[in-house]
Amino acid sequence: MKPFAYARAATVEEAAGLYAAHPGARYLGGGTNLVDLMKLGVEEPAALVDVSRLPLDTVDELPDGSVRVGATVRNSDLAAHPTVRDRYPALSQALLAGASGQLRNAATTGGNLLQRTRCPYFQDTDKPCNKRVPGSGCAARDGAHRDHAVLGHSPQCIATHPSDLAVALAALDARVELYGAGGARTVPAAEFHRLPGDRPEQDTEIRPGELITGVVLPAAPAGLPSLYRKARDRASYAFALASVAAVLGVEGGVVRHVGIAFGALAHRPWRARRAERALLGAAPTTAAFERAADLELAAAEPLRDNAYKVRLARNLAVDALERLAHGSPRTGN
Amino acid sequence: MDSMGSRNDSAGADDGAGRPGNGRGAAPGEPPDPAGGTGPAGRSAARHGTSRPPGRHHSEVTLRVNGTPRTLTVDHRSVLLDVLRERLDLVGAKKGCDHGQCGSCTVLVDGRRVNSCLLPAVALDGCDITTVEGLADGGAPHPLQQAFLDRDAFQCGYCTPGQLCSAVGAVAEAEAGHPSLVTDPGAPSGRPVPLGPDEIRERLSGNLCRCGAYPNIVRAVEDVIR
Ligand SMILES: Cc1cc2nc3c(=O)[nH]c(=O)nc-3n(C[C@H](O)[C@H](O)[C@H](O)COP(=O)(O)OP(=O)(O)OC[C@H]3O[C@@H](n4cnc5c(N)ncnc54)[C@H](O)[C@@H]3O)c2cc1C
Ligand code: SF4
Ligand code: FES
Ligand code: FES
Repeated sequence: MKPFAYARAATVEEAAGLYAAHPGARYLGGGTNLVDLMKLGVEEPAALVDVSRLPLDTVDELPDGSVRVGATVRNSDLAAHPTVRDRYPALSQALLAGASGQLRNAATTGGNLLQRTRCPYFQDTDKPCNKRVPGSGCAARDGAHRDHAVLGHSPQCIATHPSDLAVALAALDARVELYGAGGARTVPAAEFHRLPGDRPEQDTEIRPGELITGVVLPAAPAGLPSLYRKARDRASYAFALASVAAVLGVEGGVVRHVGIAFGALAHRPWRARRAERALLGAAPTTAAFERAADLELAAAEPLRDNAYKVRLARNLAVDALERLAHGSPRTGN
Repeated sequence: MDSMGSRNDSAGADDGAGRPGNGRGAAPGEPPDPAGGTGPAGRSAARHGTSRPPGRHHSEVTLRVNGTPRTLTVDHRSVLLDVLRERLDLVGAKKGCDHGQCGSCTVLVDGRRVNSCLLPAVALDGCDITTVEGLADGGAPHPLQQAFLDRDAFQCGYCTPGQLCSAVGAVAEAEAGHPSLVTDPGAPSGRPVPLGPDEIRERLSGNLCRCGAYPNIVRAVEDVIR
């Protein structure tokens, strides 16, 4: 690991200033992804600007009924927060389905959204990888890609985004708050992560030096039944093979509100807009759920070794919607 | 590719169980740096016009380790695990994977369990650290340590310090009302969560045991929460 400078920021403005003053700087949240990548030689920052103790560690209810989550709230604290558990169960469950108790105690809301792909070639500096070294090629395309994308991938990159939290935020219509040289702005969570296209090195819409300051959960889905389902190789402490976050509001026998997002299928959480459109105004039947899921996943382009993901995702989505419609939103594994 | 620091190279996953520090200091040949305070990086940089001025890559930190304040100058690259094992001679926490994947390095920071292999020590200035060496109360083992002995909850013992610290943290989390993925979503928020075998297994999933001592680990934890 190369030596690096270190500075702890006390305010958001100071953090942005320190970053600008140190070429090659990276922000440090809980460090659970960044330090890992530094040990692997994938990240070689010249300086760490520690934002983990910024005063952004609270969950606050806003006057309009939305809920603002600060960027340094730890994943475990967010999952346990009564307001989040009661109003946005899918968010709490997505966090609890990720990583381990120890990691969730360190991981921050901001860092979780900006964690990098778990593609093994991205993590191996001896292998070609367009995300790590633009233009070097993609070792996964003809290599081990069972865990890779089935939707929205490009010739340059077939990686998936590993965050469970991001999937729940996308389904819940959350917004990501950013602060940088250009001031403050917000981006819908469902559009914060990008598809790879011909710029796979760019995971998200964040600009250089910009800081995530928080995430806002809107009032609309608050209190509606929602849940997170995740399929993986072992029962716990593993990344998703496929996952789904869903929120469903039924009134007078028809669907009035629906949000569905898939995880581990694409370079970003995959908001299932087509499926949602098919369900809005329809009766919440198993047949309708199956039709909607099939409609969405018709766009899938599986690779040599990951066609299983399409069926897995479809079954997860149908199961999740049935549980929500029938009022038994228990997740488990 | 730049190689990792010498300390990291010295203790990989195959390093064997519980070998004490190899006697090398953390920053061989580097003088303790009085200017390497905790202020913004680079403030003291370039004072000597060298390419690597002291202070830029080192800082003084104070960690309260098992109740005793320890002030030391750390290389920014040093993670807590390496500082504990190689600077403070606390070799209870183990280096299994060095990448957050096994839990054998688990310690408590400000009472919360974390993977010490992924935490830069410089970021922990002022924190309270409890390692497995600090669980016992004087001469008496912690009830969980006694339960591990009574239940024979280990074989080689390499994962055990991490299992113990993790379980202590997990029990506290459940008492504070933190849910797990297997907690009924309908359970009241903020109330202590009762821990049955499913809860214990899920909450301790961040600690791998190559010897497969899991069944007795679960029983040992059940013993202390009864
Ligand atoms: C063994 C293992 C298993 C895991 N399993 C899962 C899993 O199943 N599901 C899952 O979702 N995740 C999983 N994770 C990943 C884990 O959730 C992330 O490492 C964690 O959420 C990252 O948060 P952090 O605060 O530690 O980020 P850091 O490592 O500190 O930072 C990550 C990135 O974000 C940047 N950053 C941090 N904070 C900010 C900010 N406020 N503004 C701008 N940039 C910022 C950093 O510069 C860095 O680029 C796993 C990790 C490990 C090691
Ligand atoms: S899939 Fe993306 S991250 Fe993986 S090797 Fe190809 S370019 Fe790199
Ligand atoms: S050594 Fe394996 S998690 Fe830290
Ligand atoms: S007792 Fe040997 S690894 Fe757990």
